[in-house]
Amino acid sequence: MAVTDTSQMTVDAAPRAGWVKRNKLSIAPWFFLAPALVFFAIYVVIPIFESLYLSLFEWNGLYDAQGNSTAVYIGFDNYVKLWDDPNFWTSLRNNVAWLVLYMLAVPVGLLIALFLNQDVPGMRLYKSLFFFPFVISQVVVGLIFGWFYNPDFGVVGTVWKALFCEETVNFIGNVTFTCSRPAPDILSSPEWATYGIIAAGLWPQIAYCMILYLTGLNNVASDQIEAARLDGAKGWKMLWYVVLPQLRPATFIAVVVTVIGALRSFDMIAIMTQGGPFGSTNVLAYYMFEVAISEFGERYGYGSAVAVVLFAIMLIYISYFLWRMYQDEKGTR
Amino acid sequence: MRSILTSVMAIAIAVPAVAQQRDLVINFDDLNPAPKAAFEAAIAQFAEENPDINVITNINDREAHKTAIRNFLTADAPDVTSWYPGNRMAPFTDTGLFQSVDDVWDENGLRETFAAIEPTMTRDGVTYGVPYSYYQWGIYYRKDVFDGLGLEEFESWDDMLAGCAAMKEVGVTPFTIGTQFLWTAAGVFDYINLRTNGYDVHNALTDGEIAYTDPRIVQTFANWEQLINECGFVENHASMSWQDALAPFVNGDAGMYVMGNFAVAAMKDAGLTDDQIDYMPFPSINPEVARAEEAPADAFFIPTNATNVEDAKKFLAFVARADVQSEWNETIGQLPPNSEATVSDDKFIQEGFQTVSTAAGLAQFYDRDAPAAMASEGMKGFQEFMLDPSKKMEILERLDTVQAEVY
Repeated sequence: MAVTDTSQMTVDAAPRAGWVKRNKLSIAPWFFLAPALVFFAIYVVIPIFESLYLSLFEWNGLYDAQGNSTAVYIGFDNYVKLWDDPNFWTSLRNNVAWLVLYMLAVPVGLLIALFLNQDVPGMRLYKSLFFFPFVISQVVVGLIFGWFYNPDFGVVGTVWKALFCEETVNFIGNVTFTCSRPAPDILSSPEWATYGIIAAGLWPQIAYCMILYLTGLNNVASDQIEAARLDGAKGWKMLWYVVLPQLRPATFIAVVVTVIGALRSFDMIAIMTQGGPFGSTNVLAYYMFEVAISEFGERYGYGSAVAVVLFAIMLIYISYFLWRMYQDEKGTR
Repeated sequence: MRSILTSVMAIAIAVPAVAQQRDLVINFDDLNPAPKAAFEAAIAQFAEENPDINVITNINDREAHKTAIRNFLTADAPDVTSWYPGNRMAPFTDTGLFQSVDDVWDENGLRETFAAIEPTMTRDGVTYGVPYSYYQWGIYYRKDVFDGLGLEEFESWDDMLAGCAAMKEVGVTPFTIGTQFLWTAAGVFDYINLRTNGYDVHNALTDGEIAYTDPRIVQTFANWEQLINECGFVENHASMSWQDALAPFVNGDAGMYVMGNFAVAAMKDAGLTDDQIDYMPFPSINPEVARAEEAPADAFFIPTNATNVEDAKKFLAFVARADVQSEWNETIGQLPPNSEATVSDDKFIQEGFQTVSTAAGLAQFYDRDAPAAMASEGMKGFQEFMLDPSKKMEILERLDTVQAEVY
């Protein structure tokens, strides 16, 4: 009875239910991905093309009273202007400085991770303390470092005062300091301000790399270490030939997040210098914000052109990253 | 059942009665306690005088308002919004997002009572908005330092240079300033330019009619260089906000501050008293140039997409009234633009009123008079110049290229 029923049903419903059933495995992931894809399209993909399109216009971001855009098509003029814009080149140079110096986070993070990967009472506390900077918001880190560098009341200023200044009484009788040499004002110096901000940015980034390496170190095979030890390896040789190769996945991720972190550096600059003094700490992301959306922006087309350049740089990097991943996947199969 | 029916009927009857009370939506841009209180007091009075108007207010933070206005003018326009005159209103007047209020000015006699400020509210012969407040700029100085050195308020440039020398002699830095947010440097530039070349050159420069390498502007920068070398500003100014820069002034390490009147409240908060601070107009440089002053104004405008224009104009006429302006500015400690309004008896407001009401012209700020792209590059240039005056010509030439692009 039951057998005949089932066979009848299969015959009846075969054309419809069968398709869903047959393709269940390939449909399911799309079903789960759909909401994310919709949002990704609305907030990431479409704006990318909008920026590309807008970068061909001169536009102050306003619509007239009827709701028509006031943009004027100017072709590639924005890119020509970029080429002659010293601020753009300063931003690009600073982006490169960020990329290069931010990479320090990877080896320093590894060093700290190796140091913390020991069995000592209370080590968990030390680990959390080292990880702590990554928990703090970038904005707060920027604020704290802004005070830290302050030559009047910051740590730098206080140390300087202790070294080179003496307490005197000023003309109207209040306590003041006279210094044999002026305190360094890192954030107002066009030469040093960028490095000051990068140093501030490195602080949480090192903590991030450290945690990646700590998890990586947990997975290092102890039998291999033992075998190496029996062969007489220790110190640098052990690290270089036995531990590091096993940390390759961790290194890869650490490099990836550090590069992305460097390229999208924005919040620290906004908090610590607003791109100043006179634009010398600008990076592409902040410069785009400055010309398009900030108080004296109003140049949406030009800002979009800056955004497109930053996007192109990221695209090169991300394509390389995807290619590497693809190669690795192929290798493991 | 019956009671439900009656109440439904009652509501149906009541709704038209409510609808007769017309909505007036006003967006205001200052959350600070005093300006907010003054605004709310004025709104309460307006609502009382016009019981048939239902006033709805949205009060935003200043910076948020600057961003939001670009959207709400087209998307969901209020009937009245606060904004700034000068070139800052140009993007909105030029795209037709603000409407003309010439009739409000004509019907209420504002052309006479607001004569001094009319030019900055006008663009291409059309008047927009009504200003509700403005304030003077000038030099705020430590009276105890001046008294101790036997200095008087400076009349001329040479007086000032001599005074600076005396201050430096006893270890007081003549000027404090914080240029991290750039506009403070623009204030100093404006004053030196207004005293060197006068009001017309200020306007011609911000309108893009004369170049930055023009000999007159070069002279302005030469004077500024002299001020930097012979007077001097506090070090580290590029990493300080204007509030940070108060510290050396309050401590007596710096003697003077070129600032707007809003700084007085901050100075008093920091513990200074009326006996320790005083105000003087910026001294003259070229005696042949008529004295013009910086006096930025805040105003109300009617967006083109406003739904209730009639009542919006009523509100603007109300804001322009002398009694309303007197009370409003008494609360916020600023000057009423209406010449018939009474001025608060605070000593700084009184002196400021003396200064601006006798001025040959009232400038808005460099960053309000110049278009945005020019202003941002210009102010960066000023900051760079203050850090290294030897780059003068290089900076001016760069500003010329920006100017050629912007206008």
